[in-house]
Amino acid sequence: MVGVGGMGSVYRARDLHFPNVMKLVAVKEMINNAPDPLVRQTIVQNFEREANILVTLNHTAIPQIYDFFSRDDRSYLVLEFIQGKDLEAILTDANAPLQEERVIAWAIELCDVLDFLHSHKPEPIIFRDMKPSNVMVNPQGRSILVDFGIAKNFRTGQKGTMIGTEGYSPPEQYRGDATPVADIYALGATLHHLLTNRDPRLEAPFSFSERPIRSINPRVSIELETVINTSLQYDPADRFQTANDMKEALLSVAKKTGALTRLSVSPVIKNQAIKPVWTFKCEDEIRGSVCYDNGKIYCGCYDNNLYSLDASSGEFLWKFPTQGGLVGKPIVDEGLVFIGSEDKSLYAISTRTGKQAWAFQADGPIRSSPKIAEQHIFFGSDDGYLYAVNLMSNRLTWRVDGGSAIRTSPYISKDFAFTGTELGDFFSVDFRGQVKWRFKAKRAITSSPIVEDGIVFFASLDSQFYALDAKSGWIVWRFRMGKGSISSPAKSDFNVVFGSADNHIYCLEANNSKEIWKFKTEHQVSGSPAIYNNAVYCGTADGTMYCIELKNGQMRWRFNSDGPITGAPVIVNNIIYFGSSDHFIYALYA
Amino acid sequence: MLDSIKKIFRKEKKTSITNVETAPLAEDQLRSVTRESVSINPPHFLVGSGQSVGRQRDHNEDTLYWFNASFANGVNDIPFGLFIVADGMGGHQHGEVASSAAARALGEHIFRKLYSAVLGNSQEMPAESIQEIMESGIKAAQNAVITKAPGGGTTLTAALILGEQVTIGHVGDSRLYYIYPDGRMETMTKDHSLVKRLLDLGQITEEEAKTHPNKNVLYRALGQAEPFRPDIQTTPIPKPGFILICSDGLWGLVDDEDMFRIITAEANPSLACRNLVEAANQAGGPDNITAILIKLN
Repeated sequence: MVGVGGMGSVYRARDLHFPNVMKLVAVKEMINNAPDPLVRQTIVQNFEREANILVTLNHTAIPQIYDFFSRDDRSYLVLEFIQGKDLEAILTDANAPLQEERVIAWAIELCDVLDFLHSHKPEPIIFRDMKPSNVMVNPQGRSILVDFGIAKNFRTGQKGTMIGTEGYSPPEQYRGDATPVADIYALGATLHHLLTNRDPRLEAPFSFSERPIRSINPRVSIELETVINTSLQYDPADRFQTANDMKEALLSVAKKTGALTRLSVSPVIKNQAIKPVWTFKCEDEIRGSVCYDNGKIYCGCYDNNLYSLDASSGEFLWKFPTQGGLVGKPIVDEGLVFIGSEDKSLYAISTRTGKQAWAFQADGPIRSSPKIAEQHIFFGSDDGYLYAVNLMSNRLTWRVDGGSAIRTSPYISKDFAFTGTELGDFFSVDFRGQVKWRFKAKRAITSSPIVEDGIVFFASLDSQFYALDAKSGWIVWRFRMGKGSISSPAKSDFNVVFGSADNHIYCLEANNSKEIWKFKTEHQVSGSPAIYNNAVYCGTADGTMYCIELKNGQMRWRFNSDGPITGAPVIVNNIIYFGSSDHFIYALYA
Repeated sequence: MLDSIKKIFRKEKKTSITNVETAPLAEDQLRSVTRESVSINPPHFLVGSGQSVGRQRDHNEDTLYWFNASFANGVNDIPFGLFIVADGMGGHQHGEVASSAAARALGEHIFRKLYSAVLGNSQEMPAESIQEIMESGIKAAQNAVITKAPGGGTTLTAALILGEQVTIGHVGDSRLYYIYPDGRMETMTKDHSLVKRLLDLGQITEEEAKTHPNKNVLYRALGQAEPFRPDIQTTPIPKPGFILICSDGLWGLVDDEDMFRIITAEANPSLACRNLVEAANQAGGPDNITAILIKLN
């Protein structure tokens, strides 16, 4: 037995008419389980009528039919045995979108055989069940249609609520219309599945237009996407009217993109010449994020200084020297700007004068960005503690032992602080300094958490992105990335966005981890995203800042700096501000 | 903070509507609308359920299943509950076998994987996420339908309440609603029905949908041969408010306003469910009716 379907089984058999050679055939068995004898008879008659037609067909992409017969409640079709694998199995093995060149070659062959069937006289033959599992690819790489709709005769009707199968079928099938353009739709659906690796049976019916091929697989040419979109039009009148028309369109795409000459063309990304509004050069790398407040930019630099610049001109206002590198994001509150330094101190500096108001000493370097709530400033240190320092007294209220270096910025939500550690612990602390719960990831958590609607989101170097219940620490969902991540997530109404060392920027549905899109960059995504005006802004380790459409993951623009970007950009009044390891602070039009 | 922004937004929207005549609210309705969220310690909820074969069918193919537990010691207060509605289909006998098998299989799976982890003595959290457990539970339900009711099928809508979050698993056209005392009713699930999809695409009108010949066709259900993935989501519980899970025998017959009125009129959710079932029967009762109502203070 080589396969089991809803109606029966397929067997591999040897044809004993040829005793001296090994001639393999496939025998398809269909079980007639209609209870009514008249219906059973009709089914057998339909089967034999259609088998009679198929026997006469002669095309390289259609298996030869040798014989058919019925016995008791079963009918049999004896046909050519095809070696090879079907497209569904090929896609499953690849577990990734298939290459345009391969897909277009099969598509042209399939159009050819559909055209042959549709041109059959006196009646066109409608294949009716085009889908990846019904297309075999033989060892020569040619595609062959294997399962004719003939089996459909054996499907008995049901009353009341019933299950219809979707996925590849066109909308008009519910009106019982089986036409050549229905096959064209199903072919388009099959190609869409092959090029995106998104199984349409797992999506809402007729939703291909909501999943543009190129938003999932940008390597597909725009020309091929257009042809497939035409075949997937909801209204049959808007599709290609014949398989031959579609074949011609595919051939011209193949000529244009060179797909058939097996020349792989990389997509041309327009490198728009973006001119910064201003730039400012510091004396060493900028590894953290800048802070905007009241028309001013504050930025910590690895040259030990905290800089204050005019946000509109980039003009230097003051700098404050510390004894160590600054890698966190400053925060402003009541005329003071706060930043932690690798010299173990947290500094409070007057925003107006750039002079120190007070400082607090931790036991280790401070790489965590501070947060402020309830008259306290919260931050972690490499000494392994999460600190809460009173802003009025400038004294320690409490500190909690995290067990290892805390480099994430704590998130403060509803009387709780949340933070992760370099040994992969994550914990929630109430405002009295009591640990409410702990969670353990398998590797470091350097990604700073965000909390919304009772869910904590963060990434870990263990290659998982986590969503935990903020009250209990239970895992609500987790999402597997290709590699670990230190990128801190950003959230819009329904989506959560983050980068990963697997080179992708991901956009997931926040309440169920469903991937909305992923954008492939050319390097590890070391920066953290920001969301502004329906766009995602995120920097990578090769120094590129990307602007990506939040809705569909299409790139709007990119800008290259000369060093890794490791912070999150800040966008205010349509200007994006960020620092790079090339020592520059950039201000660009968002 | 988000809540307060939403509240402000809602108020603005309301004030923009003028000259709309509304019927005065009854005393008890007014009470429920104006009710503030009262803090009840430890947090828990009231549950009611109702079921009827309806007035036109001779047997029941719906299954409802729920259990509800609480643990509180002042430090870890964990309300826990699982609520399932399954609406079987596929003709003689298969329907009820399918819906029962699915509900039992999911219930058992959640009980084994989560109940003992959350409320048992080991207190060891499973390595899987709550959504993964829900998904594998629905897969177990799918296997149960295929082995115990071949040829049959069922919808399955489940709510797993753990603390202040609800994880919803859903396949088919039973529904889960969030209902707030201020009158909002949010359908949290998406019907996996062909007609609903055509309606969403703007291909047919509401009127056409009601009489569409393929009204009963689901494109996703347990028992189908094609691969599928259940809809799973986790959202904060509606508090104060209600969660209603019901089969199409209820939502197809009783409109949203009536459901809201019935639910908020009774303090006791069991009586509210009885009244919901009664309303569907009054409207003809062409199908089996099942409802679970969870009241959250």
